[in-house]
Amino acid sequence: MNDKKLHEQFLQSLRTEKRWVRFYQLIILIAFFGLWELSSRLRWIDPLIFSSPYKVVNLLVDNISDGTILVHISYTLFETVLGFILGTLLGTILAAILWWSPFLSKVLDPYLVILNSMPKVALGPILIVAMGPGMGSIITMGAIISVIISTIVIYNSFRNVDANYLKVLQTFNATRSQMFKEAILPASFSTIISTLKVNVGLSWVGVIVGEFLVSSKGLGYLIIYGFQVFNFNLVLMSLLIIAVFATIMYQLVELLERKLIKSE
Amino acid sequence: MTFLSVSNVHHTYFSKEATTQALQDITLSIDKGEFVSFIGPSGCGKTTLLSIIAGLFEPTSGSVQIENQDVFGNTDLSIGYMLQQDYLFPWKTIEENITLGLKLFKNDKKNYENVASKLLQDVGLPPVERKYPRELSGGMRQRVALARTLAVNPKILLLDEPFSALDYQSKLKLEDLVAQTLKEYGKTAVLVTHDLGEAIAMSDRIFLFSPRPGRLHQTFEVPEELKVLTPFEARAHSSYSSLFQLIWKELESLE
Repeated sequence: MNDKKLHEQFLQSLRTEKRWVRFYQLIILIAFFGLWELSSRLRWIDPLIFSSPYKVVNLLVDNISDGTILVHISYTLFETVLGFILGTLLGTILAAILWWSPFLSKVLDPYLVILNSMPKVALGPILIVAMGPGMGSIITMGAIISVIISTIVIYNSFRNVDANYLKVLQTFNATRSQMFKEAILPASFSTIISTLKVNVGLSWVGVIVGEFLVSSKGLGYLIIYGFQVFNFNLVLMSLLIIAVFATIMYQLVELLERKLIKSE
Repeated sequence: MTFLSVSNVHHTYFSKEATTQALQDITLSIDKGEFVSFIGPSGCGKTTLLSIIAGLFEPTSGSVQIENQDVFGNTDLSIGYMLQQDYLFPWKTIEENITLGLKLFKNDKKNYENVASKLLQDVGLPPVERKYPRELSGGMRQRVALARTLAVNPKILLLDEPFSALDYQSKLKLEDLVAQTLKEYGKTAVLVTHDLGEAIAMSDRIFLFSPRPGRLHQTFEVPEELKVLTPFEARAHSSYSSLFQLIWKELESLE
């Protein structure tokens, strides 16, 4: 009975703490937007450059009601999700090939290092010339920015799988592809998920930069357009939308992670 | 009748810095249904020899044959190998772990449910097919590993210190279980251990190796009265301690 009471108290204290955390998170949010609005109205900051929450929301409502923004959002979202999936998938496949052939991985090692340290967005102009100024080259940007680092991280995780698991499989006369399927890949799931988390952010960078360079649609285009016509309401609105959707994508990956780890 | 024969096996490890001779001129043979142990100080190459018998790699020279077939690169030969830890796959259920070898050998997707539940009974476990390895204790997991090894009906069982990571009580229980199960199944087995008592209690014959390079130093026959006892009973028998003293002295002389 007493134990039950103590447990109740413990749960209560957890709930109280959580409530306080939420409270302060809310305070920061309100303070940020409140201060932004206030300083813009009182001209502490230049409203032409820094806009104000009121103007941004107004613009957002206008754009939603005439439907234009949805087109831009769906373009960028589609490119980002595809680039993100392609980047991770290609990274995993490349890592599998490197694991398959230790010789090849030795040969390619310095090239991976070079490609990894190179800023991939610098390839943008070449990609656009080569693939044409369309969605294809933007998706490629979203993928290319994450593929090499995914390859390196996932390949390392493949190599670090305990050799004794392979020994067990070897005594069952397993082929190399069976070893990959039964031990290497499932043992590396958690690493692949954590590269997914990193790749969410990277793909947004790739796609937005790609849209800066070439596109006539999408949130990156809106930012550049807003900058060119000096409409910073538009720039900040796009930024807010990006922040919201990038967060949603990240949360979805975390959800996937929880699902997979639970089943393990 | 010779079941397993190891003839003139030499093995050398190469690294950038040096070459290390691990095994020198090992020749021995084991009969069908026999339980033998490899013991010796560290560096005597007993685990290397076990891996060679398992066909995990080829010796530098010499040959290992089971029923007159070479073990290396022979995909028809099924060999059971138990390691120091269970190495159950944590993302597979107990049943999937036990039937893994069957799945790989036969390469079809038939349901092996009955195999798993029967083997679990044989190794003295309750029906835990649907559970995951992390839900079981160390001793239970090692029993599952034994079941996984037996599932493919191996010609020979190779035990690489399978009890050394367990607490003493689980270790004694598992020794009895393994000895009894192998007798029932009529399996030939080779045990590598650093525990002299375990070797005497479980084996029919003991091979003592000397280190650097690994050589077969001496072979001890375990007396008949110990062979018929379970490992636990054997430890209490008077012949046990005299054999222990005898081998202990030899071991001391090697170091």
